[in-house]
Amino acid sequence: MGLFNSRKTIYVDSDVLVIGGGFGGCGAAYESRYWGRDLKVVVVEKANIERSGAVAQGLYAINCYMGMQWDENKPEDHVRYARNDLMGLVREDLSYDIARHVDATVHMFEEWGLPFMKDPETGRYQREGKWQIMIHGESYKPIIAEAARKAATKVYNRIMVTHLLMDKKKPNRVAGAVGFNVRDGNFYVFRSKSVIVAAGGASHIFKPHSVGEGMGRTWYAPWSSASAYALPIQVGAKMTQMENRIVLTRFKDGYGPVGAYFLHLKTTTENAYGENYEPTWYDSIREMVGDYVDHQPVPTCLRNHAFLQEVKAGRGPIRMVTKEAFKDPHKETVGWENFLGMTIGQAVVWASQNIDPKEINPELVMSEPYVMGSHATCSGAWASGPEDYAPDDYQWGYNRMMTVEGLFGAGDTIGGTAHKFSSGSFTEGRIAGKAAVKYVTDLGSDQPQVDEAEYENLKSVVYQPMENYEVGRNEIVAGTVSPSYLLPLHGLQRLEKIMDEYVGGTGTNYLTNEPMLTRGLELLSMLKEDLPYLGAESLHQLQRAWELQHRVITSECVAQHTLFRKETRWPGYYYRADHPKLDDTNWHCFTLSSYDAKSGEWEMEKAPVHHIID
Amino acid sequence: MPTFVYMTRCDGCGHCVDICPSDIMHIDPTYRRAYNIEPNFCWECYACVKACPQNAIDVRGYSDFAPLGHSVRVLREEDKGTISWKIKFRDGREKNFVSPIRTTQWGTIKSPSEYDPPSADALQSQELAHEPEALHIAALPTLSPKQFTKGLK
Repeated sequence: MGLFNSRKTIYVDSDVLVIGGGFGGCGAAYESRYWGRDLKVVVVEKANIERSGAVAQGLYAINCYMGMQWDENKPEDHVRYARNDLMGLVREDLSYDIARHVDATVHMFEEWGLPFMKDPETGRYQREGKWQIMIHGESYKPIIAEAARKAATKVYNRIMVTHLLMDKKKPNRVAGAVGFNVRDGNFYVFRSKSVIVAAGGASHIFKPHSVGEGMGRTWYAPWSSASAYALPIQVGAKMTQMENRIVLTRFKDGYGPVGAYFLHLKTTTENAYGENYEPTWYDSIREMVGDYVDHQPVPTCLRNHAFLQEVKAGRGPIRMVTKEAFKDPHKETVGWENFLGMTIGQAVVWASQNIDPKEINPELVMSEPYVMGSHATCSGAWASGPEDYAPDDYQWGYNRMMTVEGLFGAGDTIGGTAHKFSSGSFTEGRIAGKAAVKYVTDLGSDQPQVDEAEYENLKSVVYQPMENYEVGRNEIVAGTVSPSYLLPLHGLQRLEKIMDEYVGGTGTNYLTNEPMLTRGLELLSMLKEDLPYLGAESLHQLQRAWELQHRVITSECVAQHTLFRKETRWPGYYYRADHPKLDDTNWHCFTLSSYDAKSGEWEMEKAPVHHIID
Repeated sequence: MPTFVYMTRCDGCGHCVDICPSDIMHIDPTYRRAYNIEPNFCWECYACVKACPQNAIDVRGYSDFAPLGHSVRVLREEDKGTISWKIKFRDGREKNFVSPIRTTQWGTIKSPSEYDPPSADALQSQELAHEPEALHIAALPTLSPKQFTKGLK
């Protein structure tokens, strides 16, 4: 028996367990309560839902709104847009489903008190672009959290969920989850009839540009630790498009967003010599991807590609031309408030370096890669589609249910549905919430049962890093170097180095090939073998240890998918140097993986892309 | 831009510890005041700065790219429904901005259980809570399953 087995075990029973209290989770809680009036709806969050998830610091725009009431867009239009941006490959059934519901979500937000900017002439929401509307969103998350708290039976803050629990009676059916309280160290066993994973995507699996004090200034939040994927992967749920990592054009160092600048302020980019560089690369992009280069708007990855080529050609840095636009005081205010509302760090960088965009055109940078499912990318779990129109290939049960029974997902967790952003993630949470209530209602008395042996074993696994540290630290005088354990930061930096150098990070200009991936996977498997030797000196470090565990298994999945897809589908996101062109003949398909936790083996397969919209 | 805490202003109330999404604001056991235990996991989200009742928390831009001498200060007033920013450049220039944060009173959002319960039939439909009314169009759009045309090539 280990030193930490004396920690208390707390049992929590629920009908619907929501893991992660960001936008997907808050939507799931709201909808589960609406349909399941007498059900026990529990939300568990590793931070505090008041300020957790990707929207913790706010947003200045809602990037997914159709405007169906004003005939601005139809759901089909959004599917076409997302499909075009992702070079042909999205789950059109799921995307359409979000698009047809998302307006109702946005109208609820306005009713709840989120301040929207309005067009003074029409009285409609102020458009930033075709899909984006502008908000004063500093309190976007606290407002949404208030709704979720009202809806949930209970919200458990500061509990890091480490593993899902499976049913002991029926194989491939979920029965709950385990985790630990980051404050008091107690062990939590959540027994639930259904589980909705609404955790975060993955920052910090690739080495970021800044590795000193500024390593936390990643584009996606440093607390997005890939739990969205690790939890389902570990129980064998199929994942899709995990190779489809995203790389972003952003303002340098602060990673301030460019959307409002391009769309609303109508600013453009230029190279160091004041030239528009995008046309320079048209022919070579056409050579790689064919007709996709002519799609409008030009897919995000292809614009990235032109940026990267221009910098490689020695004509960087690339700058955003702001001087003209910022002469208009209204536009200047929008430009600054855009950052203060969602990326305050960019305002700090500009203030510190005396960059006033009225006088200086600020530098842009291409970020390190991220894996997530809600922006211009669509990694995530393979989920069942809506009952009214999804074809057989995409439908095996309840809407948003993964390939594990009773296990649902929303937001970053669900694959194939790019461009859902905050409003779409909340909407997907609502869809999953209603489906989970239906599932629980249909279960009747056939309830899942957790296996005591399984969670008792997990209890010792979960606290092992603290025991490793407690024992190992006596071996050494002081300091961070031990022959017996690795600190979580050590493991994280090894992971980031492997992913950077072998799986297409900034260090290789986002390039990889089969020999590099094979070597990367060997090194990842050694890192996996080292993970039982993590050392944690506090509960906070124990959280970091489990975040690392989640990042590592997700990274292995990313590398496997990248190896499987033998083409370069998204130049500007990553390049398979041994298959440098887009190959629609063989790869106009989804990639699927499933992981066997016992053997550690991955199985890869293709799944068809059905185009439901012309 | 990691956060830091002024010794003379912090009273150790722990609001920042409670709110930090990254779990990096902790109470120092000797001084009984808060500090940033892991600056390289700080996203500069300002959640702790906004939550501090003593205005004891500030930010100094990341040492690896932000020269000294700047400041970005914030005052979030829930009762007034506003957020106010003061940006000071390294060379002394200043910019000020004020934005609304909420149009309704805090705590006034209705629980979904306060609405009339939906029928058992509605659970089988594709409509979500408050639909179709909340869509502001007549009916929820749908597609015909026959529209799927293209398989694995």
